[in-house]
Amino acid sequence: MSPKVTEKIAFATLRAIAFFIVLCLAVVLWDIFSKGLPALTWEFITENPRRGMTEGGIFPAIVGTFYLVLGTIIFALPIGVMTAIYLVEYAKESWATRMIRLAVVNLAGVPSVVFGLFGLGFFVLFLGFGVSILAGSLTLALMILPVIITTSEEALRTVPRGYREASLALGATKLQTILFIVLPNAMPGILTGSILGVARAAGETAPILLTVAAFFLPRLPNSIFDQVMALPYHLYVIATQVPHADQSIPYGTAAVLMILVLGLNLIAILLRTYFRRMRKV
Amino acid sequence: MAIRTEFDQSLRDLQAKLLHMGTLVEEAIHKSTEALVNQDIALADAVIDGDDELDRLQLEIEDSCMKLIAMQQPMAKDLRKISAAWRISVELERMADNAVDIAKSCRRIAGQLYIKPLIDIPLMSEICQQMVKGGLDSYIKDDKDMAIKMSEMDHKVDALYKQVFRELLAIMLEDPKTIAQATHLLFIARHLERFGDHATNIAESVVYLVTGERAYLNE
Amino acid sequence: MSKIKIEAENLKLFYGDFQALKNINLTMKEKEVTALIGLSGCGKSTFLRCLNRMNDIIPNCHVEGKLTFEGEDIYHPDCDVVALRKKVGMVFQAPNPFPKTVYENVAYAPKLHGTKDRASLDEIVETSLKQAALWDEVKDRLHKPALGLSGGQQQRLCIARALAIKPEVLLMDEPTSALDPISTLKIEELIRELKQHYTIIIVTHNMQQAARVSDRTAFFLVGDLVEVDDTEVIFTNPKDQRTEDYITGRFG
Repeated sequence: MSPKVTEKIAFATLRAIAFFIVLCLAVVLWDIFSKGLPALTWEFITENPRRGMTEGGIFPAIVGTFYLVLGTIIFALPIGVMTAIYLVEYAKESWATRMIRLAVVNLAGVPSVVFGLFGLGFFVLFLGFGVSILAGSLTLALMILPVIITTSEEALRTVPRGYREASLALGATKLQTILFIVLPNAMPGILTGSILGVARAAGETAPILLTVAAFFLPRLPNSIFDQVMALPYHLYVIATQVPHADQSIPYGTAAVLMILVLGLNLIAILLRTYFRRMRKV
Repeated sequence: MAIRTEFDQSLRDLQAKLLHMGTLVEEAIHKSTEALVNQDIALADAVIDGDDELDRLQLEIEDSCMKLIAMQQPMAKDLRKISAAWRISVELERMADNAVDIAKSCRRIAGQLYIKPLIDIPLMSEICQQMVKGGLDSYIKDDKDMAIKMSEMDHKVDALYKQVFRELLAIMLEDPKTIAQATHLLFIARHLERFGDHATNIAESVVYLVTGERAYLNE
Repeated sequence: MSKIKIEAENLKLFYGDFQALKNINLTMKEKEVTALIGLSGCGKSTFLRCLNRMNDIIPNCHVEGKLTFEGEDIYHPDCDVVALRKKVGMVFQAPNPFPKTVYENVAYAPKLHGTKDRASLDEIVETSLKQAALWDEVKDRLHKPALGLSGGQQQRLCIARALAIKPEVLLMDEPTSALDPISTLKIEELIRELKQHYTIIIVTHNMQQAARVSDRTAFFLVGDLVEVDDTEVIFTNPKDQRTEDYITGRFG
């Protein structure tokens, strides 16, 4: 076979494999939405579940997930960004920074169910937050912290050295340079990275299983110390623990979860393109 | 915004220096013939003394050219303008030497009764002065036609020189006692003829400056 | 004879164990343009960055000897680096305007240093842009992104930005190496105008540029200052053979 033909075959094969990814996503989406969309009625979204979750809506789970996402952002974003700033802008290369980086990497490698167990032991029991939004948000925040730290670090590092030097050479202090030049320029990267991290947190089941999620709680929470239902756990429950539920309920729940996660991803993409356009002419 | 103002300024300074040198040379040749006609030794001495200033000016112009080339990297016409200035300054310096030689001969024969009335020699000097003036004007104005017209005046100088030569030859043949003075007068005519040739070289430089093509105006 | 603005005496600089500058003795006079020339890595940029202590941001960098700005020791522990940098502005190799508007770029430093009211800022922006010979080109687009300007305009904007804090000295680190020849000539013209008011020190790889814009030229070679003299002398009659080899392009 001539090299040209080999080249063509190789190219075609690689392209086919790459397109296979698209196919996978398409099949998953088609499966979920074809079965789930018919269930998506106004009632399904806005009402409480009834009759052992075999009827009614999933409103408390949507609200619960919303609160958890919000809580996660509030805890994870500032800590993650500040850690990244310290690592990129201030820390000199030493055993201490190497240890911080090692911690970040290992934190990212911890299985999510272990986070759940830790959350139970530390936030729920030791700190006495109980099974609550607070404990769940903190656990999720801990889990996505590595994502936020690494994406923020990346974003901070992509701010050209020239901007920092120019600012410093104009007599700005380091803090002024970070606040007025570096952070605004890194913000798009930080935000999109963080949103992707949060989107992942929104879909996690294991960490909330032991720290916040209620099996069945057809009312809205009153404080951060209340339990809530959450979409991923609710999906798990009705898919495995409620044998007589209509097929459309788990699929409808899955569709809502997918829409939520894809929606967050979409926001990340839109933000990125918006900021990119801002930087250009 | 205007760019290369410093270079343009330096170039103007250089041209001003060259113009000044040209004026001095024109004066020198005028004075040397004046001294000859009037047998004015003081004036001849002034021409001889004035040569130091001209030598100094030539070196100064050469330095300026070198500095401009080294520091400003002139290209194309700017470069030719500077190389022409350099060449013209060298020609002017030699023309000044011609004036000095005339002044020296003039001192030697001062006080003698001239063996012939001086008509052609002052006329040659007149033309030579116009040539220097024309040469520098054409350089400043980048005018090649003016330069060529100036170079054509050299034919008249050459013709006058031949006439003076024949005339002095006849006088010498007639009376050998005149040979000493006649030789000096002959030298003087020869210096003026050379002066015209240098002026023609200036015209050649100007033509090259304007067109970028070499011209041969000295026949 | 104008007065000495910056003076280096036996200045040595180390990156860790590596000595990047060996015993530099150099004086820079007020309202003169001093050009630093030499091969890459010869220490000329390093030296330039000592003058506003930009080397501080490089880890393991340490300086010995004496470097004074108007007689005050730049590397004295009591030296206020922010105050120093307000007096010693800097323009970098690649044009690096902030991704803000033209106006915000110039107003950035004055704002940081306490000028808050709009009228004063407007005036600073206009004067600085005029000094940088950019005003006419950008006056109708002050509030458009600076990154929309051409490379040459961006570099003049960076000069305007540096002038906005009214420095006394302007350091330029190969300011035209990223620009086309015409933009380069414009910057050079600008340097000649600015020298009426500022002391300028410029690092350049372009020897012709050093010849065109500077009054004094210093030739660096592997961390050593080989020769410093009037630019005219350096380029027509250098004293040191190594300088001669470098400027005639015969460096082995």
